[in-house]
Amino acid sequence: MSTDNALLEEYSQREYKHGFVTDIEADAIAPGLNEDVVRLISSKKNEPGWLLEWRLKAYRHWLTLKEPTWHNVKYPPIRYQDSIYYSAPKQQIKLNSLDEVDPRLLETYEKLGIPLEEQKALAGVAVDAVFDSVSVATTYKATLEEHGVIFGPFSEAVHKYPELVKQYLGSVVPYSDNFFAALNSAVFSDGSFCFIPKGVRCPLELSTYFRINAQNTGQFERTLIIAEEGSYVSYLEGCTAPKRDENQLHAAVVELVAMKDAQIKYSTVQNWYPGDADGKGGIYNFVTKRGACRGDNSKISWTQVETGSAITWKYPSVILQGDNSVGEFYSVAVTANHQQADTGTKMIHIGKNTKSTIISKGISAGFGQNSYRGQVKILKGATNARNFSQCDSLLIGDRCGAHTFPYIQVRNTTAKVEHEASTSKVGEDQIYYCRQRGLKTEDAVNMIVNGFCKEVYDVLPMEFAVEARKLLSVSLEGSVG
Amino acid sequence: MLEIKNLHAKSEDKDILRGINLQVNVGEVHAIMGPNGSGKSTLAHVLAGREDYEVTQGEILYNGQNLLEMNIEQRAAAGLFLAYQYPIEIPGVSNKYFLKAAMNAVRKQHGQPLIDTTSFLKLLKENMQLLGMDKSMMERSVNEGFSGGEKKRNEILQMAMLQPKLAVLDETDSGLDIDALRIVADGVNTLRGPDRAIIVVTHYQRLLDYIVPDQVHVLAEGRIVRSGDRTLALELEDKGYGFLETHSAAASAAAV
Repeated sequence: MSTDNALLEEYSQREYKHGFVTDIEADAIAPGLNEDVVRLISSKKNEPGWLLEWRLKAYRHWLTLKEPTWHNVKYPPIRYQDSIYYSAPKQQIKLNSLDEVDPRLLETYEKLGIPLEEQKALAGVAVDAVFDSVSVATTYKATLEEHGVIFGPFSEAVHKYPELVKQYLGSVVPYSDNFFAALNSAVFSDGSFCFIPKGVRCPLELSTYFRINAQNTGQFERTLIIAEEGSYVSYLEGCTAPKRDENQLHAAVVELVAMKDAQIKYSTVQNWYPGDADGKGGIYNFVTKRGACRGDNSKISWTQVETGSAITWKYPSVILQGDNSVGEFYSVAVTANHQQADTGTKMIHIGKNTKSTIISKGISAGFGQNSYRGQVKILKGATNARNFSQCDSLLIGDRCGAHTFPYIQVRNTTAKVEHEASTSKVGEDQIYYCRQRGLKTEDAVNMIVNGFCKEVYDVLPMEFAVEARKLLSVSLEGSVG
Repeated sequence: MLEIKNLHAKSEDKDILRGINLQVNVGEVHAIMGPNGSGKSTLAHVLAGREDYEVTQGEILYNGQNLLEMNIEQRAAAGLFLAYQYPIEIPGVSNKYFLKAAMNAVRKQHGQPLIDTTSFLKLLKENMQLLGMDKSMMERSVNEGFSGGEKKRNEILQMAMLQPKLAVLDETDSGLDIDALRIVADGVNTLRGPDRAIIVVTHYQRLLDYIVPDQVHVLAEGRIVRSGDRTLALELEDKGYGFLETHSAAASAAAV
């Protein structure tokens, strides 16, 4: 027994493979946060007055807010004045093609397995690469433009499509939404903007790859995806960061808008640096993600595989406004070593015949603490609303924890809400059984964990499912030796 | 093939095996019988290498190698297979995937190339037909929601696919009706051969009507108290394990 426990513990310690630092000169501003910093960021990006005003409103509102404490994660107070709020690789002003991108940046993404040269790139995936605070490259732009799809850096969209940005920015996640969303609204630097016109099925998977490089720098991106009537888009997001002893703050906001008959599939593989085996360093990931199913028969699916970050705090949600609209949330969250995750979703049913599905798989190893927090709200007008939630937790070893906090609020008697939850352990007898058939312990645990996550993998886009599987085995590599 | 000498093993602080001596030659089928708690299953798991048991004395030679120095998966790769009394469920992992992973794990340990999908599926189909198993069982998660009979059949399927050199069947007959028992026994009998040995651990004689052993050993209180041919099993069925106790009591009295 004790030997197996020792094995399991070892198994839960892992090596982070994206921890390198790119040596590149950065244009960073001094640490600290005040109105002048907000103005400086806005002026660096040459923003129109209305956007600066919006940022300032957000900043002033943020000052009135207190950091939330209701979550089940513990961390020392974040010193917001010590963080740097803008950093960008120094670069010749305007880029016309990928050839002009600093080769060290291309190399960085190559190393991360995201080649940006189109001939080498993943077939069928357009990538927007965000390095620290700015977007450095977007692939397949021409192909997308042929279909009328807009995909590129947020800061560029502000200049090229100000009306669209003005109309939708903050329309799903207002700057007043919560502490971290307000902070993001004040200081956000870049991110991806995506617009799929009416009736267009986006010919490529769209993908943004976020990389934090600079030290002591917070990363605040903002992603906005608008799917017009009858359109479809599948969007993938990946994230990594170097190994550093200090904690770094990442507070992003993602807004999705799906009009009538539109569909957005949003997948995340989050692999920010999780900290070392003793819990030192790692990213604090406080993210607000929300989608609005504005039109009838629209659909938004969130799929996330969360293996990184010292702290993960995110609740990708769907507001089901349109009749017959569908919201889905599929999640795998891994906490190993000293990682903590408080993650889940909110499904707000407003329209008639709205339907939501929640499948959450939490895996805890080492000293990891994993909480599922989910809210299902059925409003008065949501006749015949349906929700199904399933929250499963898997424990590896006996020093980790799993917690479930479901909130259900029903104001319409025709609603049907189901909630299932289970907690299991990777059994010593399961490992023994696999080993008796010839499998090594590590392969056995991988197989058991992957089996546990199957329902979520099945809905991930192909490329990501493969990556997620690999990531999970890397995450838990060496954990059971 | 297998030589067990004066094997003592305990679990936590309880002595369970107290001096087992047993020799199994290649090509033979041995039955190990005995009352509940006599140490039958413990012996099976000690052979497989389960870490809950501590071997305190004695040795086990397997094809000339010191079995006790090998870990669980090395023993598996060396051709030792245990059919579990209570097969384990692995949710979300398909039976087919598991089987292929197991076969390839063994091949990897031997530095052999991995099995290609076509040959694997062909082999799988043949063996499933042999055991009268429905195709749908392959897509289902390993042992999850299987009936008792399906689980046991699945164990024999794994054995047929892995083609072990030494197969240990731990109470494979428990929980089987007579039809399932016959199918399972048929499966085992097809694996019988000159380059393989089988140890059948069972409480009841009934299985031995179908899998006829070369030798029968009776285990009581962690020792083999009697060995003989198949008539010993019939005698046991006739008289029950009770007669052994008087026998072994007399034997130990004689030894003092």
